[in-house]
Amino acid sequence: MSIEVRIPTIMRQYTGGEKAVDGAGDTIAAVIDDLESRHPGLRERLVDNGGLRRFVNVYLNDEDVRFLDGLKTPVADGDSVTVLPAVAGGSAR
Amino acid sequence: MLEIRRDVVDAIIAHARRDHPDEACGVVAGPVGSDRPERLVPMANAERSPTFYRFDSLEQLKVWREMDDRDEEPVVIYHSHTATEAYPSRTDVSYASEPNAHYVLVSTRSIDDGAPEVRSYRIVDGEVTEEEVRVVTDAGDMTRGPKDTERGIAAV
Repeated sequence: MSIEVRIPTIMRQYTGGEKAVDGAGDTIAAVIDDLESRHPGLRERLVDNGGLRRFVNVYLNDEDVRFLDGLKTPVADGDSVTVLPAVAGGSAR
Repeated sequence: MLEIRRDVVDAIIAHARRDHPDEACGVVAGPVGSDRPERLVPMANAERSPTFYRFDSLEQLKVWREMDDRDEEPVVIYHSHTATEAYPSRTDVSYASEPNAHYVLVSTRSIDDGAPEVRSYRIVDGEVTEEEVRVVTDAGDMTRGPKDTERGIAAV
């Protein structure tokens, strides 16, 4: 089973500079755990207190998993997962 | 230093004016490794707020994929501050996640009196470094007045 996971620039320190890595699992959470086993430190950039970090976007194919089932979103062989840090900010402190 | 074309700066300012008093935001893409901001992509501010901005997540996916297909990267990430100075806030610094980008800030707080302030910064590992903004005309000449090198472009 193979899921391609695309990694943003700022997290490539965990993947030896690779912009895409392969993972396996039947949910987003399982795929993240699988990646963590080979790329330690990556999970903490994505998950916080058992949920997806607020300012990290995780997409399953063309959808934001926030609008699906978050970490529990089922994943199938051949799916593609993309991670992008949210672009945000503003003058509010 | 950020080197950027006149027409791109003008378009960024026009975007900030249009969205005032909400914060405007967007990207200027350029070929990977070139450090040339060439292709302006104004983004919707999903927060639609006078003090906060956020790219809509699906729009961001579309734009990032497009850049990838074109071998581009985000050379400039810009947004406006509508009542404060064109300097990165703590929020701006904590969410800055493109280490190779120039973070351009436009302040529209004096929008009725005069031209918006446009300044540029590198934000890497939580550290802010202001940089010179050099505006280039389409013909490739440098147009840089004595004021321009002080704090970005004070009047554009």
